[in-house]
Amino acid sequence: MQLETTVTDDATLVEVMEDRVDAAVAVQFKDAMREATQGGPARVVLDMGRVLFLDSSGLGAVIGAMKQMAPDRRMELAALTPAVEKVFRMTRMDTIFTIHPTSQAAIGNGAAAAPVVDEHHAH
Amino acid sequence: MHIDGTPVPVCTVDNRSAPERGHHELRVIFASTPLAVRDALRSTLTGLRSLHLSKDEASTVELVLAEVMNNVVEHSYADNREGMVELHVEHSYAGLLCRVLDDGAPMPDGNPPVTTLPDIDVPLDMQAEGGFGWFLIRSLAEDLDYRRDGARNRLSFRLPVARAPRSC
Repeated sequence: MQLETTVTDDATLVEVMEDRVDAAVAVQFKDAMREATQGGPARVVLDMGRVLFLDSSGLGAVIGAMKQMAPDRRMELAALTPAVEKVFRMTRMDTIFTIHPTSQAAIGNGAAAAPVVDEHHAH
Repeated sequence: MHIDGTPVPVCTVDNRSAPERGHHELRVIFASTPLAVRDALRSTLTGLRSLHLSKDEASTVELVLAEVMNNVVEHSYADNREGMVELHVEHSYAGLLCRVLDDGAPMPDGNPPVTTLPDIDVPLDMQAEGGFGWFLIRSLAEDLDYRRDGARNRLSFRLPVARAPRSC
């Protein structure tokens, strides 16, 4: 489960570098998210632009990641692909999360400080 | 994977035509692990390519099959018991007729769960992380039927996709 993390002044941008968030990786996803966001800014934007498939286990893992970082940090989503957006919509979980079309829309054009790029793996 | 020390292919695909019925049946046999489920899904979607499903139809097929197969892995073969799972997909004029067979534990109450979505009118840190799987299955699949066939579980359902006659 590979995540790429960029920390700016306002937010931690976490890009999911996998094309599936599903039963096979649900636990690893939550672990990797915890590692990627602890100690960071209060706002976390999860960019799921590469994720082509999410099942109910993947949905549970995303919800679990959100709960894990609460209340210190809040999690927003960006760049949901159609199949993923469908699962969020059918389960009404699109009403629980703020969902942006892109991470650019979520974060804007960057920050004053230089971004720190890091990679988090959990197996 | 190995069962009783014998190597078993993680996933095998059998793509057979039944021209006398004008039907196209696909069979995938795989081990009851999450990674084998991924392989089985990939093989199945590849095997259905000749149906030219739209992206939305393909995502419906993949999602329902994933939910059903993950459910078998998690519940039929719980407690680290491993076994084989069979998926049959038959294309008919009414859509894709699907059957999932396994030799695991029976479904409690002899019926698939009927779930309504968890209450979302709760604080964020109390949102449910589960209870979505059967909701998605029941929302997208029709004619859902479970029966116990001797020592086998047999779950069948129809996916209302590819309903117009298609060439295979």
